[in-house]
Parts: sequence; C-alpha cells; structure tokens
Amino acid sequence: MASIILLSVLGIANLFLGFLRSNRMLLPAAMVILLIVFGANLYDWNAPAQSYFNNMLTIDRFSVAFTGIVVLTTLLLLPFSQKYVRDNEANLAEYYSLLLFSLVGAIMMVSYDNMLMLFVGIEILSISMYVVAGSDKRNVRSNEASLKYFLMGSFATGILLFGIALVYGATGAFQLSEIGAAVTNPANDSLRPMLYIGILLMLIGIGFKVSAAPFHYWTPDVYEGTPTFFAAFMSTVVKTAGFAAFLKLLVQAFPAAQGFWIPTIVAMCALTLLIGNVGAVAQQSLKRMLAYSSISHAGYLLLGLVAFNGELSGLSANGIFFYSLAYSIATVAAFGVLKLVHDQRQREDYDGLNGLARTNPLLAFVMTIAMLSLAGIPLTGGFFGKFFLFGAAVDKGYIGLVVFAVIMSMVGIYYYLRPIIAMYMKPADDETEAPITVGSFQSAVLIILAVLTVVLGVLPGLVSGVL
Amino acid sequence: MLTALLLFFPLAAALLLHFVKGNAGRVFAFGAALLEFIVAVYAAVTFDASNVGQLEVNLPWIASAGISFHVGMDGLSLLLVLLTTFLAPLILLASFRHDYKNASAFYALVLFMETGLIGVFTSMDAFLFYFFWEVALIPIYFLAGIWGGERRVAVTFKFFLYTIIGSLFMLAGFVYLYYQTGPAANGLAAHTSDLQAFYDLSLTAAEQSWLFWLIFIAFAVKMPIFPFHTWQPDTYTESPAPATMLLSGIMLKMGIYGCLRWLLPITPLGVSQWGWLVMILAVIGIIYGAIIAIRQRDMKRLIAYSSLSHVGLMAAGVFSLTQMGLQGAVVQMLAHGVNVVGMFFIADIIQRRTNTRLIPELGGLTQTTPLLSVSFLVVLLATVALPLTSGFVGEFLLLAGVFQYNNWLGAVAGITIILGAVYLLRMFQRVMLGPATSFTAAFRDLNGAELAVLVPLIFMIFWIGLFPNTFLQMSEPSVIRILSLMQR
Repeated sequence: MASIILLSVLGIANLFLGFLRSNRMLLPAAMVILLIVFGANLYDWNAPAQSYFNNMLTIDRFSVAFTGIVVLTTLLLLPFSQKYVRDNEANLAEYYSLLLFSLVGAIMMVSYDNMLMLFVGIEILSISMYVVAGSDKRNVRSNEASLKYFLMGSFATGILLFGIALVYGATGAFQLSEIGAAVTNPANDSLRPMLYIGILLMLIGIGFKVSAAPFHYWTPDVYEGTPTFFAAFMSTVVKTAGFAAFLKLLVQAFPAAQGFWIPTIVAMCALTLLIGNVGAVAQQSLKRMLAYSSISHAGYLLLGLVAFNGELSGLSANGIFFYSLAYSIATVAAFGVLKLVHDQRQREDYDGLNGLARTNPLLAFVMTIAMLSLAGIPLTGGFFGKFFLFGAAVDKGYIGLVVFAVIMSMVGIYYYLRPIIAMYMKPADDETEAPITVGSFQSAVLIILAVLTVVLGVLPGLVSGVL
Repeated sequence: MLTALLLFFPLAAALLLHFVKGNAGRVFAFGAALLEFIVAVYAAVTFDASNVGQLEVNLPWIASAGISFHVGMDGLSLLLVLLTTFLAPLILLASFRHDYKNASAFYALVLFMETGLIGVFTSMDAFLFYFFWEVALIPIYFLAGIWGGERRVAVTFKFFLYTIIGSLFMLAGFVYLYYQTGPAANGLAAHTSDLQAFYDLSLTAAEQSWLFWLIFIAFAVKMPIFPFHTWQPDTYTESPAPATMLLSGIMLKMGIYGCLRWLLPITPLGVSQWGWLVMILAVIGIIYGAIIAIRQRDMKRLIAYSSLSHVGLMAAGVFSLTQMGLQGAVVQMLAHGVNVVGMFFIADIIQRRTNTRLIPELGGLTQTTPLLSVSFLVVLLATVALPLTSGFVGEFLLLAGVFQYNNWLGAVAGITIILGAVYLLRMFQRVMLGPATSFTAAFRDLNGAELAVLVPLIFMIFWIGLFPNTFLQMSEPSVIRILSLMQR
C-alpha cells in the first residue's frame, strides 16, 4: 500500500518539479522516487497480507512480487530517456509523472480484490499510455499510434466493462472471492450463459491489453509510432501487470468455470504463439520485430494461465513471475540499445546495427545477451523462464500445446539471431561506421541489465520459487 | 571438487582474458589451457576406473524444482575430459600463427567453449547437461560467425538453427522424463532431474519409442548422422581452423557421448525398436561420406566428409549394442579427435603458406618439407587406420561390433577402410608428391610452434595405437554398466 501512496504523492511532487524549469533535476528525481517506492514495496514482503478500502485491494506476496517487477523495470528503463532531457522537451515533467501514475494503475492491477479496482487500475494505466504514445507530437506516426491505441483501447475497455457487468449480473458480486463462491453455487446454474459471456468479454478486454491474439492488431503499428522509450514501457510494464491481473482473476474468481475458459485460453495461446513468431520473421524493422516478439511472449505467458492450479503460488504463478521478470529485463535491454542506436543513426532496421560490435562492443554484448534471453538460450534468464512455464504446462498434461510452443520458439531463434548477425558478422557501412556515444550512466545500467539476465540464467533458484 | 575446478577454471580464465591484451593474451590463454590439462591428468592418475561415479559434486541448484548442480566422472567422462583438455591447448597454439582481429576475444571464446564441453561430459543432471549442451554452442557460433570465411554468416546461421532445433527436441524429452520422476532426494521438490532418477524410471515401450526420437535427434544432428549432416561440411569449411578443430575434434563427440550416457540407458526399449534404422542410416553415412570425399577438390571439405564417414562408423558401433562396439566407439572418439585435429591443422598450414586449399593447385611438397611430409603421413595413416596407429584399434573394435550385430551391415561398413585409403592416399599423392606448382614452389617446412602442436598429436597417435589398454581399461567398467542398464 505504501507504494501506491508514495507513487501518487511523489508523482504530484514530481509534476511540480517541472515548474522549476530545471530539466536536469527531473531524471534523478524520478529515479530516486522509484528507488524509494521499490524499497517501500520490498518492506511489505514479510508483512502479513493486508486488505485496504473495504477489501478492494490486498497487498500480499503476489502483489509485492509483481509490483517489484514493474517498479524495477521502470527504474532500469528511465536512464534511456536521457535524450529527452538533453533535447529539453517542454513537458518533460508531465511524462515522468505520467509514468509514475501509470505505475499506480499497474500496482492496482496486481493487487485488486474487486473488479472495480481492476477496471480503475487498467484505466489509469491505459490513459497514461494513450498520452505517451503520442508524446512525439511533431511526428505523424506517433499521432497515428496514439489515436489508434486510444480508439482500440477504448473499445477494449468498453468490452471489459461489459464483461464485468455481465459477471456481476450472473453472480451479484464484484468481489473476487464472492464471485468465486457464486460460480460454484448450484442455485446460479440458470445464469451460466450470462456468466460465460461475461468471462469471455473479460478475456477479450485483458487479452487486448497484453496483446494476445486475436486482439493484437494494434501492437506493431502502435509500437512503431510510439517513441521507443515508451514502447519499451508498454511491452514490459503493461504486459506484466496484465498477466498478473489475468492470473488473479482466473484463480480467485473463476476456478470453478475452468472447463469453459481453459479451452479458450489454449486456443488464444496457440494463435498468439503462431502470429507473434511467424509475424516477427517477416519484419525488416527491429522495432517491429520487437513488437511481434512481445506478442509471442504473451503467448508463452498464456501457457502459465493454462497451467493454472487454483492458487497464487505454485508452478503457474511462479512461472509467470519468473518469466515476466526475465522478459522485462531482456526487453528493457533490447529497447534500450535500440533507442541509443535510433537516436544517433536514425535507423530502426537490422542493418542499422551493422558493425556495432566493432564500434560499441558493450552495446553489442548487451543486445546479444538480451536476444539470447528472449530466444530462451541457456545461460540467460529467458531459458529458465520458458523452462518453468513449459514445465508447468507439461505437468498439467498439455503436451501437445507445449510441443507447439517449442516449435514456435525454434522459429523465434531465427529472428533473434538476426540482430546478432548484424552486429557481429556484418561490416559497418558509411552510415553505421561512427561509434554511438553512450553515457557512463547508461553504460552502467546496460551492464546491470546484462548481469541480471545472466544471474537469472545461472542462479534461477534465487527467485524461482518465492511466491 | 576437482570436477568443479576443471569445469570453472577455463571460464574464469576466459573472463580474466578480457583484461589481458595483445601478446600476453595468447600466452595467458595457452598457459591456462595447459594448466587445465595438467589438472585433468592429475585427476586421471588418481582415478580408480573400477569405481563408478567418482569426483562427484552434488549441490542444490534450483532446489525448488529438484534440479541440482551434479557433476561427476566415470571412466567414460574422464577420457573425454582428457581429450578436451589435451586438444584445447594445442588448438590455442595452432591459432597463434593467425593474425586474428581481437585475438583475446577469440581465445576467451575457445576457453569458454572448453567449459561448456567439460560440462557436457561431466553432468549427472539432465538440465545441467542440457544447459552445458547449449552453452557449448554459443562460443562456437561466434568463433565461426566472426572469424570464418566468405560465406560464414549463412553457414553459421544454418549450423546454429540445426543444432538448437535438435536440442529443443531433447529438452522436450527431458521435461517429459522429469515429470515422470518421484520426489527429489532432498524432499523439497516433487520431481528431480538427476541422471540416476532417469535411469530408474520404468517407462512403457510406447513412451520410449517416441522419447528415443526426441533425444536421438539432438545427438544425431551434433554428430552428425546422415541425413542430419547437411550443416556439417559447410560449417567445417567456412569456420576458421581452430573452430573447425573444436567442432570436429571434440564437439562431435558430444553426440556419441550423449547416446552412451543418456539415450541407451534411458530408452533401451526405444533403442531396440529403432536401433536397426539408426544402424542403416549410420552405414549409409559411412559410404555416402566416403564417396563424396573422393570427389572433393578442397582439402578441408575432403576432411569434413571423411569425418562424416568416420562418425557414421562410431554411431554404428554404439548401436550394435555390443561391448566391443561400445569400447570401439570410446577409443575411436579419442583417436578420431587426435587424427582429425591433426588433419585440419596440416590443411591449415598448407593453406596459410600457399593461400589455397584446392588439391589440384598443390603438389610436390615432399621435396622441401621433410618434417611436414612425415607428420602428414603419420596423421593420414592413422586416419586410414593402419595397424599400430590410433585409428586401427577403434575401427577394428567397431567393425567387430557391427559384424556381431549383422554380417551384411558389417561387410558394407568395412568398405569404409578401402574407400578411406582411396581418398586419403589420393589426397596425399596430389598434394605432397609430383612436381611443385606455382603455389608450392617457395614452401617452408614446419616451424617450432607448428611442431609443438604436431608432436604431441603424433605421440598420442602411437600411444593409442600401441597401448590402447591404457584407455580401454578406463572405459570398460562404464561400458559394462551402460550395457547392464540396458538389460533391465
């Protein structure tokens, strides 16, 4: 709870910092705020589970763990916004505050106990995203991305809300535990069709937020138009919060209806894996590839929902937690390097990376670790992320689905290798010959990201069973 | 702890190499690899072959999932660790002559690779094994991809995709086996991935039938067995010489070793169901590789195809499931490692001096190069399996094993010796004898550093050829144990 209060208060304080007209202060201030929040959040780890606002929010290990991921991700992402600082963007304080506020939404999504809180959390997160998607005001593509995201996101929100309403109609409750009890109550059997349609609409609404197929269409276009920095935020924080919310909803409200929603999720999972991976192969732009890759990772995370075991700990929850963490770190590293390259070479295609290993060995090395992690090669966190999720699904008997996921990750290796080939094995051309200047602070963060990825890959036991 | 030391010492050296630049880097890398070899020899001297599973280290790794850092050695592991640590310093020494860009990174990758290989040969836990199996792939990918020839990008890409896709099948198989096991010994986790637990599983014939293929494909690609071999000649040709030596000398043994350690004992019923098919594929590979080798004009390609042919024979020996066949495979792994590294090294020397690998452009080297000629002939005759050299013992045992399995297959596989003599002696004749060409007119004989690589190799060729019992005794208890595990 401390994290929500701190983020709200300090977010407003940060907004007022903008009046000081000293943009240099903003980045350190935002990072300090996040550090404080991260610490305050960790402080709750050993505290007993605590409910707030008439049991609308519960801060337990599950919520602390996922809050930890989103705050840490944002913290590690922020240094890559330095160019905004240098360019003296007019509304810088607003953007940082929007990120802090959106984290409040994310935290509500991972700790809600009441569907209204879920809705409010999703909206807080989404509305911030609609704004930041268009933050590159003079760029037509950014405007297009913002509008597209806003229109489609609003529809998705509407659908989600409709789903909540139908579930309320069928069960007479907004509280997750009460819904769970009502679903098992035989007296409500006549309302089952309404409940199922409600669940389906909710799946669609959240599926849109985490860009699971077939509700992924916005993803590549929006990522492409959104400034890289914010695209990275979308593909990590929004997805992590979305999956935590997903898991919470299914575990606490609808375990009794699993006969209905598990086949739906299985179908979504297979489709998402197919579209994400096959789509990524066809891309020429690194940024679009990362967008499709983010779709494909939603597919792997859906495996964790399929492996559902009716509690917020155990194989599936731990698998989703570990995967989200490993994926977020690797994605921040990939987008971070992409942003540095894009800022100075104005290129987002693979060839823009040519010869990077010669000019910037550190950037190339970190990018390589990130790509290997996303591809799920051992020695990186991504390998164990996949391993835990696949294992959880095998344990539940979904062997066919896991085999399909394995085949899809083979496809994944194909496109994750392409940046590595460009960096190490292709010569630089005129445009890519000059080294990219990287600040020492950014270098340090890149090293931290690489080290974290390798630590997760070598000592996964540190966080693999914490929930 | 000795095993863990062997495992992590090269890795530590590779990391330290980052801080050692220039000429000191090569000395440091070579020194580290040599020290590693000395430690491995010490391990071998203190080793008691009759006792299974020594030098074990068993620490919890991912305790909540029942996965442990469990390494240890029996005679089979030890022989391959010896091979790896013996060849690594020679491979490093062989690469000194090249003026590689960013040489420290090159040496660091070779040392990194050594860790991966030793990890594969000593892992007693399925996921640790898979982990190192993939880790060994990463350095070779960069070695071949950065320092390779003209077509390196396409070729290494194909190589990486082939091998990793093969490995993913194995991972799927391991995950399935993992969920069949009971609780881990420490009681923390519901399942365990320990090798012994996998051995103890009682799987139905139907399960073993498809598990066999899942696991076998990974090994088949790595060896490589026909028809999973298409990456091999290209990769061998395009990789820089030291990477080719690593690939052919050590890495292809990962596949044979994997069959012995993992495939045969875990899926004996699958092996008895599909072994005939593997035998036929292996024999096809033997003949196919040899016939194509005859037609090659490029020395490196010729050796690559000859390697394909030889590895087919090793696979046939393994799947003959006789003690002779398995022992032959073990000793042939060592012999082939030594021979093929020697062959590729000599090919590399010739290429570096003449700037060509094409056989028709060469000739007449014997007139000016007594040292090279003798070394080449020894290595070549060992590859042809002349008695008293390393190749003979292995091939004899292997063929004897295949004959026990099936006379006809044995007879066909035996042709490999004739064909091998044909293409290898032809190569020697056209490269070394006859009149000198414009490429070879000013050829200098071996220098000290090159001799320093070849002399230990030749020494080993004769040691294996004259006293094979040194090695056969070490592996015998392991081989008997593998066969007895299959009889359950």
